[in-house]
Amino acid sequence: MSEPATAVEIATAVRSGERSARSVVEAHLAAIEAREADVHAFNLVTADAALARADEVDARVAAGEDPGPLAGVPIALKDNLCTTGVPTTCSSKILDGWRPPYDATVVQRLAAAGAVSVGKTNLDEFAMGSSTENSAFGPTKNPHDLTRVPGGSSGGSAAAVAAGFSPLGLGSDTGGSIRQPAAFCGIVGAKPTYGAVSRYGLVAFASSLDQIGPFATTVADAAVLLEAISGHDPLDSTSLPEAPLALTDHLTRGVEGLRVGVVKELLDAEGIAPDVQARTRAAVEALEAAGAKVEEVSVPAVIYGLSAYYLIAPAEASSNLARYDGVRYGLRVDAPTTGEMMDATRTAGFGPEVERRIMLGTYALSAGYYDAFYGKAQKVRTLIIRDFEAAYERCDVLLSPTAPTTAFPFGAKADPLAMYLNDVCTIPSNLAGHPAISVPFGTGDDGLPIGVQVMAPALAEGTMFQVAAALEAHLAEEGASS
Amino acid sequence: MTDTATATSSVLPEGWEMVIGLEVHCELHTATKLFCSCPNSFGDEPNANTCPTCLGLPGSLPVVNEQAVELAMRLGRALRCDVKRSIFARKNYFYPDQPKDYQISQYDLPTNEHGHLDLPSGLRVGITRAHIEEDTGKLNHVGGGGRIHDAAHSLVDYNRAGVPLVEIVSEPDLRTSEQAKEYVAELRAILLATGVSDAKMEEGSMRVDANVSVNRAGEPWGTRCEIKNLNSLRSLGRAIDHEALRQIQLLESGERIRQETRHWDEASGRTGTLRSKEDADDYRYFPEPDLVPLEPTSEDIARIDAALPPLPAARRATLAEAAGVETTDAAVVLAVQRDLDPLALGALGAGADAARVLTHIEHNLAVDGAEALSPEHLATLVKMETGGELTATQAKAVLAEMVETGQDPAAIAKAKGFEALDTGALEAIVDEVIAANPDEWETFRTGDDKARGKLTGFFMGQVMKASKGQADGKAATALLRTRAGL
Repeated sequence: MSEPATAVEIATAVRSGERSARSVVEAHLAAIEAREADVHAFNLVTADAALARADEVDARVAAGEDPGPLAGVPIALKDNLCTTGVPTTCSSKILDGWRPPYDATVVQRLAAAGAVSVGKTNLDEFAMGSSTENSAFGPTKNPHDLTRVPGGSSGGSAAAVAAGFSPLGLGSDTGGSIRQPAAFCGIVGAKPTYGAVSRYGLVAFASSLDQIGPFATTVADAAVLLEAISGHDPLDSTSLPEAPLALTDHLTRGVEGLRVGVVKELLDAEGIAPDVQARTRAAVEALEAAGAKVEEVSVPAVIYGLSAYYLIAPAEASSNLARYDGVRYGLRVDAPTTGEMMDATRTAGFGPEVERRIMLGTYALSAGYYDAFYGKAQKVRTLIIRDFEAAYERCDVLLSPTAPTTAFPFGAKADPLAMYLNDVCTIPSNLAGHPAISVPFGTGDDGLPIGVQVMAPALAEGTMFQVAAALEAHLAEEGASS
Repeated sequence: MTDTATATSSVLPEGWEMVIGLEVHCELHTATKLFCSCPNSFGDEPNANTCPTCLGLPGSLPVVNEQAVELAMRLGRALRCDVKRSIFARKNYFYPDQPKDYQISQYDLPTNEHGHLDLPSGLRVGITRAHIEEDTGKLNHVGGGGRIHDAAHSLVDYNRAGVPLVEIVSEPDLRTSEQAKEYVAELRAILLATGVSDAKMEEGSMRVDANVSVNRAGEPWGTRCEIKNLNSLRSLGRAIDHEALRQIQLLESGERIRQETRHWDEASGRTGTLRSKEDADDYRYFPEPDLVPLEPTSEDIARIDAALPPLPAARRATLAEAAGVETTDAAVVLAVQRDLDPLALGALGAGADAARVLTHIEHNLAVDGAEALSPEHLATLVKMETGGELTATQAKAVLAEMVETGQDPAAIAKAKGFEALDTGALEAIVDEVIAANPDEWETFRTGDDKARGKLTGFFMGQVMKASKGQADGKAATALLRTRAGL
């Protein structure tokens, strides 16, 4: 690819006036032009707006101002983040024609940091899926192998970054929707602590699990992006009171003396491929060689994570998606009565996976079933948090595979349950509200990328990035010596 | 308290009893809505007060209004509730006036629980809970008679969507429609006294749902029906009585009561079925994940308690003691209901006769603007009356003008040319009237109480005519009795 520059390199060059934001954006738009037809990362490329924005950044530099830590850096936004006047579709027919009258908090913060949005990226409809095959606008392809999925639900942003369309991307992660596509596409993807990044303007899937997070080609880029979007937001009641995360200082600290636990239940979970297990073990050895104290730990309740997740997330989704009723915005299918209009609109507007989860969630919350399903799932959530807490008494971070396999071919997981199993390693962090990051760590037997997941306690992103940076450094050495 | 409320209602046939519980919704008197910063105001251009959050746009999030929580907790303490950690919950149902197709309310952990309200009549009514929730938008059905079913189309005004409400749920402790009205009136007085709500039933900022059941005396309670959205005390009383009689008729003809929700039609004076229990929505309540729990500290509660103004019951006690009457005295109850107790206390403090002050409060001051009256002026007026300078009729006229103009009573009396007759002039007129009506006088003097009662009216009429209304009725009656040797 002609544009290997990282976000940090671009911002440095643009801030110093060495390079114009316009030339950066033009180069990335050219990369999109060259390959987007194959990859289909975007629902919408906002080329004109991006160039205009780049010119603003350049004007500020020319005026002697500092446009911010992401000056002139192109970024791809998952199409469930609200952008003023720009269609925000969630890759669903039901939001047809809707243009938000406001920007998500993260979008505002990116603008304040000098970043330049190049477009809105494809996703599984309403972020429900692990392959981006559930998009109403057709699937995104994995840039490493166009016959394979990029993962999901943030497959568009992951593919855009992996294809060199933009050095940075934003995704949302409800059960692994950033980390799993990062692993499949061979890039870095992080889900922050619940509440570290404002959800204001993120179209909700499952409110108690959703978090926005960064995609990047390097750990340092992911850190800079997360720094820029994190910090308290009075518009989100679940936003933590903390100041923005400070991560870049941690990147060079190494792992000497850090205690790293490998989660037995996740490493040996059903369906984890041998090559993925092997790379995870290799990561453990790399950290040990770098001075970390490594042990295998047990987090027993994580094995119930998947079941709990597939009750809690659909339950919240069934309520969050009720508002798409044809009354005020998006699709409306006319019918004789208001009730029939709502039915017809929702039937025509939602795809099968969204419909399935709304049904599951409605059932889980129904009178007489609440305690057995939603109530029980919340108890499992408490157990998982408790087991994680016990593990974090012994360890600073925990390690596991990100996804059970490398990227799979289109149509390979037609059975919804087989698809759901893809999230087994990523879901526990969402249920606990803890941060987790996927770092590329080599390739599988098929030559496709494998990611390793580093998990940390709430607000321990610093340590988590420290370990991620060490893995990245080790991989670079491995590559250099082979 | 003396006059404990009776448990029988005049409207029910012999041998039947009714049980009533009320749910009162009222808007909290906040500057802004419950979860966004749009103004909370009535009567604006449709959809002027809206934003992404109260329109429920994708990606928007609620942030709770501290003032709303403060007001709700203040009400809770005024109703002697436990004010504890509470959470919001989503109540899920599809309706076009509901922007998110769920309402943010409270469910198993409401802000206020287990309180009570003491009515002026002495009845104590349990308060099950008083929880916080958001209001819906308002539908305007256009064409086809304005009903949803045959309207050509409907328009939605979201100005009201997200306005903060408290829903106050009573225990089923009420037994008559009179008690129900008394409860709502007292609750309204508390809402006003605490500044929690402006409680305007006619503007819909206070709405009542009534749960009514009937049973034969000594038998278990019957199946209840809920009558929705009663927006005046009169409607409340009529609807409850009508509903009880409807249920009794059904039971007496051997039918069963179906648990259902009914609406009240003020014009026809009947209730009708809205939906039966079988059709009732399953609201699928679950904790609202976009909001965090409300956790008042003991310091918060202490601060709220300390800032509570005197409540109606305490104010009635104060006034009753100052006036030397019972707390259940009608004038005392009315004075507090109408916020006139400071006026009454002021006049009493200035040395005015208590009976005259209470009479004016009860009969002559049930008008707007009365609370602005100067207590000193009221005291002066009462003293002019008791001093014989004004008759009761004249005093009433002067008082009406005092309310209107705020002027001094002596000046008004003078301008109106009111001068009570002195005793000599009154005696002369009375003797003149007696002499002119010898037959009637003979009957008055020697007849029984009944006859004398009738003739008192006759003689008073003659006296007033002769004095051109300037005679003091009380003094004239007393004089007649003296002359008759009674």
